[in-house]
Amino acid sequence: MKTASAIPIDGTMETPWSLPYRGTVGMACLIVAEAAIFIIFIVAYIFYIGKSLSGPTPAQVLELPIFGTICLLSSSITVHFAVSALRKQDFRTCTIHLAGTVLLGSIFLVTTAQEWYHLIHNEGLTIRTNLFGTTYYSLVGLHASHVVVGLIMLSLTLGFSLTGRVTEEHSEKLEVLSLYWHFVDAVWVVVFLVVYVLGR
Amino acid sequence: MTTTPVIEAIDETTGSQGRPPMNVVYEWLTTVDHKKIGLMYIVYALIFLVIAGFQAILMRIQLAVPNNHFVSPQVFNQLFTMHGTTMVFFVGMPILFGFGNYLIPLMIGARDMAFPRLNAFSFWISAFAGVLLYFSYVGGSGLYAAGTAPDVGWFAYAPLTAKIFSPGHSTDYWTLAVFLSGVGSIGTALNIVTTIISMRCKGMTMGRMPLLVWLYLVMASLVFVTVSPLTAAQIMLTLDRYLGAHFFDTQAGGSAVLWMHFFWIFGHPEVYVLVLPAFAFVNEIVPVFSRKAIFGYPAMVAASVGIGFISLSVWAHHMFTVGLGPAGNTFFVFATMVISVPTGIKIFNWLATIWGGKVIFATPMMFCVAFLFQFLIAGLTGIMLSAAPFDWQLGNSYFVVAHFHYVLVGAILFALFAAFYYWYPKVTGRMMSEKLGRWHFWLFVIGFHLTFDFMHVPGLLGMPRRIYTYEAGRGWETWNLIVGIGAIIQTIATLIFVFNLVRSYFKGEVAGHDPWDAWTLEWATTSPPPSYNFAVDPTINSRRPLWDLKHPEDSDSSYE
Amino acid sequence: MSCFDKYSATDFGNEKGGLAAYSAVFAGTGSAQSPTSIFAPAATPAHSIFGLSMLVLSVTLAIFLIVSGLLLYALIRFRHRPTDSDREPPQIYGSNQIELSWTVIPILIVVMLFLTTTRVILGTEAIPKPASAMDVIVIGHQFWWEYRYPRLGVVTANELHIPVSDPASPTPTYLTMSSADVSHSFWVPRLAGKMDVIPNRVNVMWMDPEKEGLFLGQCAQYCGTQHAKMLLRVYSQSPKDFAAWVEQQKRPARQDFSGDPAAAEGQTVFMHNACINCHTIAGTVANGRFGPDLTHLASRDTIASGPIQNTPENLRKWIDDPNSMKPGSLMPSMHLNDHDLDVITAYLTQLH
Repeated sequence: MKTASAIPIDGTMETPWSLPYRGTVGMACLIVAEAAIFIIFIVAYIFYIGKSLSGPTPAQVLELPIFGTICLLSSSITVHFAVSALRKQDFRTCTIHLAGTVLLGSIFLVTTAQEWYHLIHNEGLTIRTNLFGTTYYSLVGLHASHVVVGLIMLSLTLGFSLTGRVTEEHSEKLEVLSLYWHFVDAVWVVVFLVVYVLGR
Repeated sequence: MTTTPVIEAIDETTGSQGRPPMNVVYEWLTTVDHKKIGLMYIVYALIFLVIAGFQAILMRIQLAVPNNHFVSPQVFNQLFTMHGTTMVFFVGMPILFGFGNYLIPLMIGARDMAFPRLNAFSFWISAFAGVLLYFSYVGGSGLYAAGTAPDVGWFAYAPLTAKIFSPGHSTDYWTLAVFLSGVGSIGTALNIVTTIISMRCKGMTMGRMPLLVWLYLVMASLVFVTVSPLTAAQIMLTLDRYLGAHFFDTQAGGSAVLWMHFFWIFGHPEVYVLVLPAFAFVNEIVPVFSRKAIFGYPAMVAASVGIGFISLSVWAHHMFTVGLGPAGNTFFVFATMVISVPTGIKIFNWLATIWGGKVIFATPMMFCVAFLFQFLIAGLTGIMLSAAPFDWQLGNSYFVVAHFHYVLVGAILFALFAAFYYWYPKVTGRMMSEKLGRWHFWLFVIGFHLTFDFMHVPGLLGMPRRIYTYEAGRGWETWNLIVGIGAIIQTIATLIFVFNLVRSYFKGEVAGHDPWDAWTLEWATTSPPPSYNFAVDPTINSRRPLWDLKHPEDSDSSYE
Repeated sequence: MSCFDKYSATDFGNEKGGLAAYSAVFAGTGSAQSPTSIFAPAATPAHSIFGLSMLVLSVTLAIFLIVSGLLLYALIRFRHRPTDSDREPPQIYGSNQIELSWTVIPILIVVMLFLTTTRVILGTEAIPKPASAMDVIVIGHQFWWEYRYPRLGVVTANELHIPVSDPASPTPTYLTMSSADVSHSFWVPRLAGKMDVIPNRVNVMWMDPEKEGLFLGQCAQYCGTQHAKMLLRVYSQSPKDFAAWVEQQKRPARQDFSGDPAAAEGQTVFMHNACINCHTIAGTVANGRFGPDLTHLASRDTIASGPIQNTPENLRKWIDDPNSMKPGSLMPSMHLNDHDLDVITAYLTQLH
């Protein structure tokens, strides 16, 4: 049995060797996994449309959350500008856009909270009321929890940015975070269409 | 071709000679080194293998004769729940992630996984999950306050898992433990995919990766869309049990079948997650011991990717008896039968690899040979079950139990044994005993076939699964007894294996870098590898870099 | 005790024609003795499945013999011999023609199997229900079976009686099934494949036994502690016997026990106990639906859904403490004293 006579392997490479940035690949994987979780909740929502045995229906109690949606979707634009600003080493613009993203995302959460307060106290709809309540709160709540996580990460980044600790070499990492945020917004588009348009 | 000084001279051993024990413990507890994490996964899985195996023995004793009173129905129902849950989530997943963790960076010429800290986190959260599941024996409370471990079956069908039918917390231990294990699985899978995509050494295009790496790439990608549905369903179940939600509450219009869909959308691809690494091991070992390159590398890649995709569309073959209607049943029959095509291709490719080679029957190869015959049979019983009307008889019977154990034990565990014998020299620097390996092999083969061949028969004679006892006079007694005897023989064989593992560490023959005369990068570094894996980042030109080095006149790179 | 003692559980009958050969193959597996073998079909659904299974088994057996034969041959012919030279064998990387052929041939086999399977699926699930069909509503409970015959006005439990079906003018029985609690599954292998019994869902299956006899089975979906003892007993009877059974079951419960003071007292004790909240005895105040209907309890061979013979001793022991005989059963012990147990047993054993 022969054995390798020399280690390591060595050789010449004509073309440059570059592979995708691992942060982006990792975030893409996470997004696929999270998308799968959301899809299951959306399937449950659609499956149970019209099947509640009692209690308020979506048409009776839901109103289109236009303002919150505009805020959330705009925050995707601001975070995009934050990333491109950082690439151009325009730290001030980056900070401003990060702050805008956090603000718009927070407004979205507040509108969701207001909507839930109204549904619970005025319409008597809770997670245990009927199938609509179950699927609505779990789907919108799951999304909101992802918004919270995203806002925490963005706030941390904003904090670092305000104290001047964010530099151009972090631009790839900020882009990875922005990918997560775009995903959260994309999920909202689907939730909006399924819950407030299709389901009503 | 350049040479460098012998690695040992500049290497610092990671062994524990002369170091205080607490330092060693601290090092292992806080390590982010993929090799150490891989080994922890494997040892952890082996411990649970013994525990779950013990649970199986208890069940076989109870079922050896009709109307037995060895254990109560409550205890038996917990036994099959814990046995299944443990084997899938705390043996199968960790041991395969362990091997992947250890081997992938070495095989792609990298120094570690893409996210070493995530790697450690994923291990520890999975480990905690296993401990949490077993804590249920102490802390949980279930029906009658007697049994405490979960007793709802490893697939925890609704509405049996509703609060009213499963009061107390035993079901929640199942839910939470499996949930946390899923988080760990997604973390490791993310790590594997990112490592394979972003950390290959120079010259290793996707088309030059070892097949093990390809199969782990498909397996890890599958984990994202496989484990997540179960995670979602478990969140829903917990909302039902604690916040009064109605996802699976049939009294409120909820659907028991919805849980089944969600569970099997997880459950079927999950078995492919478990079997693809087994294919990976066989793909590496069979060529080396046939002294031939794998036959049809592109087809093997295509078949593996194809299996991954098709596996997402077959789940309701676990639900043929639910009453999906002829259209639904027919679709899933078709999808399931289709998946047999790429699977068959793989078997033929292995056959063609052996054909014309020079087969060496070292212990790793013997386990692979058994794998080939047994996986063939398992696939064929799968085809039988895919014919829905046949499944209307055989579904939920011991025929199904025999089929899936044939895959899990006969294929996956055998491939794992092969992998142990094959890579043990790399990990420890010593060879395992061939003599003990032979004893292990033959005893295990005899025990395996006694148990799982004959287990098909009670299924054909009408014996359903998950029953703690059975009536006399159904014709099931003799078969159950034989099945039990086989289980005991397998236990003895496994003990020999464990003894071999431990003894060889101290007394095994020194292995050297490349004891098997193999061709992939892990054999190009010391045994065990240093913590940095390779002194110099490798650059490669073909699928078998070491073959090229050893056979410069007939190198693979001249064919690609 | 019961008029069905003449039916033997192993009434296997004869399988004629070409199936005899296959029966011989499986005789060694004990199927000839097993009352629940899938290879001893006695109704059309079980027969169609049997036919399909023979085809599938033959095809898979052929594949197994060919592939494992080739494998064995390769391992022997190409094994490394000590006298071999050190040279590595020729490295063959692939062959398009070979790989194409072993892709196409399996695809053809799959197509053939798929088409035959579809035919059986449609032949069982997609055929119209004949006007002569008899309907039974099956309700699964933890851990017993409820049977209601809507057009015949019969309610019973645990032992299903259906008429034999004459192939010349078939009278199949259609089971419309749902569950009162968790998921169960109805499986009597010699008559048909299994069908799950699920809450909030209705599943329909049918069976047309071709001969008289007792056909055994059991619940096939894990449903809790006593899943193992939720047995099935299907009595297939000639039209005459079935009609007689229906007549008997339609009558309300016997209430006149003038010659039997123990039974009379037992009736009183029963009606004044919580028994009436769970059980129904037609014509009395007992109208509970949680437990089995007891109107004609004495006409059954077994109690507790199959595992216990219906004798006075067993019945008394069951009522005294069900969990001692079927641990995990949902019937609680009523903590009756010995006298009450005696008289209630005397009463119930008179409910023919």
